[in-house]
Amino acid sequence: MTRRVVLGIYALLIVVPLVVIVGGSLKTTPELFASPFGLPTDPTLDNYTTVLAKQDLLRVLGNSVLVVLVSVPATLLLGSLVAFAVARLPRWPSRILFGIFALGLAVPAQAIMIPQYVQFDRLGLRNSLTGLMLVEIVVTLPVAVFILAGFMRTLPGELFEAAEIDGAGSWASFARIAVPVSYPSMAATAIFLIVMHWNDLLYPLLFIDDPDKRTLPLALLDFQGEYLTEYPLLFTGVVVASLPMIIAYAFLQRHFVAGITAGAVKG
Amino acid sequence: MIKRNRLGLYLFAAPALALYGGFFLLPAVQGLRYATTDWDGYSPTFTEVGAANLTDVVSNDDLFRNALTNNLKFLLVVVVGQTLLALLLAVLLAARSRSSTLLRALFFLPTVLSSVSVAFIWKFVYDPNFGLANTLLQAVGLGRFQSAYLGEEGTAILWVAVAQIWFHAGQMMVIYIAGINQIPAELYEAARTDGAGRWQQFRHVTWPMVAPATALVIAYTTLQSFKAFDLILGLAGNPPRSSLDVLATRIYTTFANSHLGYAAAESIVFMVVIAVVTILQNRAARMAHR
Repeated sequence: MTRRVVLGIYALLIVVPLVVIVGGSLKTTPELFASPFGLPTDPTLDNYTTVLAKQDLLRVLGNSVLVVLVSVPATLLLGSLVAFAVARLPRWPSRILFGIFALGLAVPAQAIMIPQYVQFDRLGLRNSLTGLMLVEIVVTLPVAVFILAGFMRTLPGELFEAAEIDGAGSWASFARIAVPVSYPSMAATAIFLIVMHWNDLLYPLLFIDDPDKRTLPLALLDFQGEYLTEYPLLFTGVVVASLPMIIAYAFLQRHFVAGITAGAVKG
Repeated sequence: MIKRNRLGLYLFAAPALALYGGFFLLPAVQGLRYATTDWDGYSPTFTEVGAANLTDVVSNDDLFRNALTNNLKFLLVVVVGQTLLALLLAVLLAARSRSSTLLRALFFLPTVLSSVSVAFIWKFVYDPNFGLANTLLQAVGLGRFQSAYLGEEGTAILWVAVAQIWFHAGQMMVIYIAGINQIPAELYEAARTDGAGRWQQFRHVTWPMVAPATALVIAYTTLQSFKAFDLILGLAGNPPRSSLDVLATRIYTTFANSHLGYAAAESIVFMVVIAVVTILQNRAARMAHR
């Protein structure tokens, strides 16, 4: 009984704000203020047309998609190559390699963002999506290595030795054996990276000046100054920015939980 | 043959090492260098100030101290509140059933949202005039408990902590569920045979057995609390007012005001604070589970 009450209350605490947000994006500001909890009496898509037109949101959405499409596979490839080396190298070289990347887990981005800003600026990589992708790859590499090496180290060495005796080189044993058998941890890492790169605000805020090059979280933050208390427009931005992740979550729920938790456990 | 293979493995790691070394480790070291200067971030020249930045940050900077105090308050509320809530939810949902699978999925959902989205949701919850919290209090006849929330000087940061808990408790719940499901059923059976009630089973079986999960949850929550930069900017605007300033936003604001050398020094102190808090927590966690 108590169990049901506690779970029911917490479920309401999650659901109610989300329903208010989605409902609110279909209301006018006066209607939202008059009845925040009520369903929209006269649903309107005006907020969506305003936001999409005025904020160039399709372009922003495209930038976010592009960043994720490049940076996630790149991090995954680089990270799994390191993980493979960690799994296959003899004890000490393996430990050192792993330790170098593990070092990065203890350093929050906020602690190194300033010298990174200077460095990317000097190289002409600031205010560019290429630079943004590069920095996202670099700061998430330690977590990717951690999750993937954690998995690949549990694979029996004979698995690779058999392939290598058959004349296959390291590359073949990586591509044909390590990658396929690591599929679950690769999927988990990929999801973790997608969520991290898609939702990141820090580096876009730091690196991107050009409105054309903004990603979703940065554009969303700009809403705040512009719409101040025009909540229906803020909510519309929230819906547009969150919908891709929520749809993906609905279909790939188990992978999301595994990935984000693996990231938490290792990161 | 084996030697050649080993060389191949180093080549595998080389691209990642080069990028990570060049754009992560190198800047980390350069940060130490910038911290000893008064560089503004764009002028061709700067002056060496030695350890003056560091001593100022530590002993002579009210803004930094304010951000540190806020950050520690935030950390305390989030670590205690989120860990207890996550454990409670995990205990209630550890048994597999259709409804518990559904509720787990629901409670985890906020984690996939962006911090800025979560910030906007809570901005409306807390709006003093039209917000959900005050509207609800009014509706149930508890209007006298209405508050300005983020506008309250002393407690604003605690309301941000509540939003942070809403954001990530589900994630920590999942870690706890994994821990609880690893506890052998025989332990509970033995406890029941000894006549242990539900509270005693929790106290003497679940709690000690989830110690590794607790350590993990606390360590991760701590790091998250120091990184809560996006949530604060989304709730408070950029730059945040002093009642909502934390260490990460303070560093960013210092930097944005063209005091790059000083911001680099603040970053170093930031790292030291994180290290100290982590070490103290590890000790405390070990003691609590004894």
